[in-house]
Amino acid sequence: MGKSLYEKVWESHAAAQLSNGQTQLLIDTHLIHEVTSPQAFGMLRDLGLKVRHPERTFATVDHIVPTDQFEEPFSDPLADAMIKELRKNAQEFGITYFDLKSGKQGIVHVVGPEQGITQPGTTIACGDSHTATHGAFGAIAFGIGTTQVRDVLASQSMAMSKLKVRRITVSGDLGPGVYAKDVILHIIAQLGAKGGIGYAYEFGGDVFDRFTMEERMTVCNMTIEGGARCGYVNPDETTFAYLKGKPYCPQGDDWDNAVAAWKAVASDADCHYDDVVEIRAEDIAPSVTWGVSPDQGVPISGHIPRVEDASTPAEKVSIQEALDYMKLEPGAPIKGTPIDVAFVGSCTNGRLSDFREVARYLKGHHVAEGVKAIAVPGSQVVAALCEKEGLDEIFREAGFEWRGAGCSMCLAMNPDKLIGDQLCASSSNRNFKGRQGSPIGRTILMSPVMVAAAAVRGSVSDAREVFEVGTPAAV
Amino acid sequence: MALDPIKQVSGRAVPVPGSDIDTDRIIPARFMKCVTFDGLGEYLFFDARHEEDGTPKEHPLNDERFQGASIFVSGVNFGCGSSREHAPQALYRAGFRAVIAESFAEIFFGNCATLGIPCVTGTSEDIAALSQALDADPGLDVTVDVEKARVFYGDQQFPVHIPETAQDALVSGRWDPIGELLENSDKVDACLARHGLA
Repeated sequence: MGKSLYEKVWESHAAAQLSNGQTQLLIDTHLIHEVTSPQAFGMLRDLGLKVRHPERTFATVDHIVPTDQFEEPFSDPLADAMIKELRKNAQEFGITYFDLKSGKQGIVHVVGPEQGITQPGTTIACGDSHTATHGAFGAIAFGIGTTQVRDVLASQSMAMSKLKVRRITVSGDLGPGVYAKDVILHIIAQLGAKGGIGYAYEFGGDVFDRFTMEERMTVCNMTIEGGARCGYVNPDETTFAYLKGKPYCPQGDDWDNAVAAWKAVASDADCHYDDVVEIRAEDIAPSVTWGVSPDQGVPISGHIPRVEDASTPAEKVSIQEALDYMKLEPGAPIKGTPIDVAFVGSCTNGRLSDFREVARYLKGHHVAEGVKAIAVPGSQVVAALCEKEGLDEIFREAGFEWRGAGCSMCLAMNPDKLIGDQLCASSSNRNFKGRQGSPIGRTILMSPVMVAAAAVRGSVSDAREVFEVGTPAAV
Repeated sequence: MALDPIKQVSGRAVPVPGSDIDTDRIIPARFMKCVTFDGLGEYLFFDARHEEDGTPKEHPLNDERFQGASIFVSGVNFGCGSSREHAPQALYRAGFRAVIAESFAEIFFGNCATLGIPCVTGTSEDIAALSQALDADPGLDVTVDVEKARVFYGDQQFPVHIPETAQDALVSGRWDPIGELLENSDKVDACLARHGLA
C-alpha cells in the first residue's frame, strides 16, 4: 500500500523519538512575525540559547503595521516597540527579515509563497494558526505557540504527535460566482468548526486540480477554522509553474532535481486515508456566515437560523448566543442585511488574483453611501503588482480606500478597527466575537467579490445579481 | 529539563459554559501588543467580562463565588482559532492550573501541554453534572488526577481522557521538551542535511 503526502513528509522529518512517545519533528522552514516571537527570543536569552539555524527562519512584520502610515515611529507606541523588538532580534540572531523598507514585507503567509520560501514536501511552522495556508504547495504547515517558537529557534525541531489524514474530494464544476472561499466555507459548514480535530486535511479532486495556487491557498488557509491544524493539496504542474523562478527556489539543475523530489512526495494513488469526504461542486453556493463561529454559514439564498432549528441542546445555546451577538432576526433572509464596513484583504483573500477579480466587477460601480470600504493588499509585492495593473485606481474610483500591506482588519491589531457594533462584510477568515477590533463589532465572512457586492449595495448581496458574475475572465 | 511532576491539580473550579470558545475571546488581540506575557492575567476574557465602558458584566469569572478558582471548566472545542499562546498564558497568570472541557482545539492543547497545564476531556453529561455541583457549592474542592485520568469532587468522580504523550510528560515532569530536543540536535542536523537544507 502506498503512502499519503502527510505520511511521507512525517517519516522523512521524524528526527528522533521523545521519551513521552511524541516525535521530534524537523522543521525545515520557520516563519516569524512581531506578535508571537518576542517572548520566544526572551526565553532563548533566559536560557542562554542561540538560534541553531538562523538561515532556516524568515521574519516579517504584519499584524500590527498601520496600513496608512509607512514611516516609523508609528503613532501607537506599543506597535512601535514591537516592530523595533523584531528588528533587534532578527539582527542579533542573524535572521532574514523582510522589513517595511524591503519592498517584500507583508502578511507572512503571503510573503512565504511569493518569495518561493514555501516549498513542497517541507515542514513549515509559524506562530500563527493560518500557517496552514502553505499546505497549498504540498507542505505540512501548521501554527504553533510561542514556547514552540522557542523550541524551533533553538533546535529547528519540535515535539509533535502524528495526525490522522482525511481526504476531502471536491468534484464537478463550480457554478458562476462560486469561489475558493465558498468551497472552504461550505466544507467548514458541513464538517463543523471542530470536525477536523486530530486530522490533517488533504484536499483534492478535479476542482482542486483546476484551482490556481492562490485559490488553493485560500482553502488551505481556513483549514484551521474547520479544526484541522494543517491542510494540503498534492503538488502538481500548477505548483511547479508557480514556484519556478521565485527568489528562494532552486535554480538550474537543482530545480529539476527539486521538481523530481516534489513529484515523488505527492500521495500515492493507493494510499490509506483515515477518513474520506466527497463533496459535489454543484452543491456549493456563494456562502456567507451569519454567526460567531466560521461553521455558522449559509448559502447567500439562505436564512438566518432559528433556535428551534437546532438539533441538539448545545446547538440551541450556540444559535441563541450568535443571534444575540449578531443582532440578526431569526428566520430572516441573510441577503439584505445592512453592512457598515467592507474589507477586502487578509491572508485568506489578499492576493493579486483577489484584487483582480474584484476590480473586474467593481469597475463602473460605487460603494454605497455610508459604507466604509478598505482594500488591503497582502504584501508589498501584491500592492506593487496591483498598482502596476492600475487596480488601485479602480478601487479608489469605486470609493474604496487603497491601503498598504498588512493583516489590518482581519484581527485589528493595527488602527483598522470596527467601531461599536458596526457590521463588516469581510474577506477574512474569522467571525469571532470582537475579532475585528470592537468588542461588539460584527463580521460576516464571504468571498472578495461578495464583499464588493455588499459594499456596492450597502447590504449583504448576491454578487451574481449585482454584477455580471460568471462571464469569462478578461485576459 | 527537570521540572516538577504534575500528577494532580486540586482546588476550586469555575464553569464557563459554551461551545467553540476561541482564543480571541480568551484574550482579545488588542492586549497582545506586548513583548512579554507579564500581566496578561487581568485581560483574561476581558470583553466577555466587561461592558464597552469598562464596567463589569455578568460572567462566571466576575462571580464572587468563583474567585480564587484554579480549575477551568468549559465545553466543546475550547481554545479554537488563533495559535496565540497569550491565551493559555493569560489563564495561567490568572491562576488556572488545569482545564476540563468536552474537547480542545489542537494548537491550544499543545500550548497548554508545553506550559504544564493539564487539559483533560470528559463527556458532556459528566461536565454538566460537575458544573451543576459547582453552581450549588462553589467552594467544592475539585481534583484533576492526571495520573489516574479521573476528576474527583465531593463524593463524585468521573473518567477523563488525556493523550498518553501529554499524560506521561506531565507526570514525569518532562512537559517542557526543550532539554530533550536539544539533546538530539545532531539527529536534527543530519535530517536537515538529508533534505539538502544544511
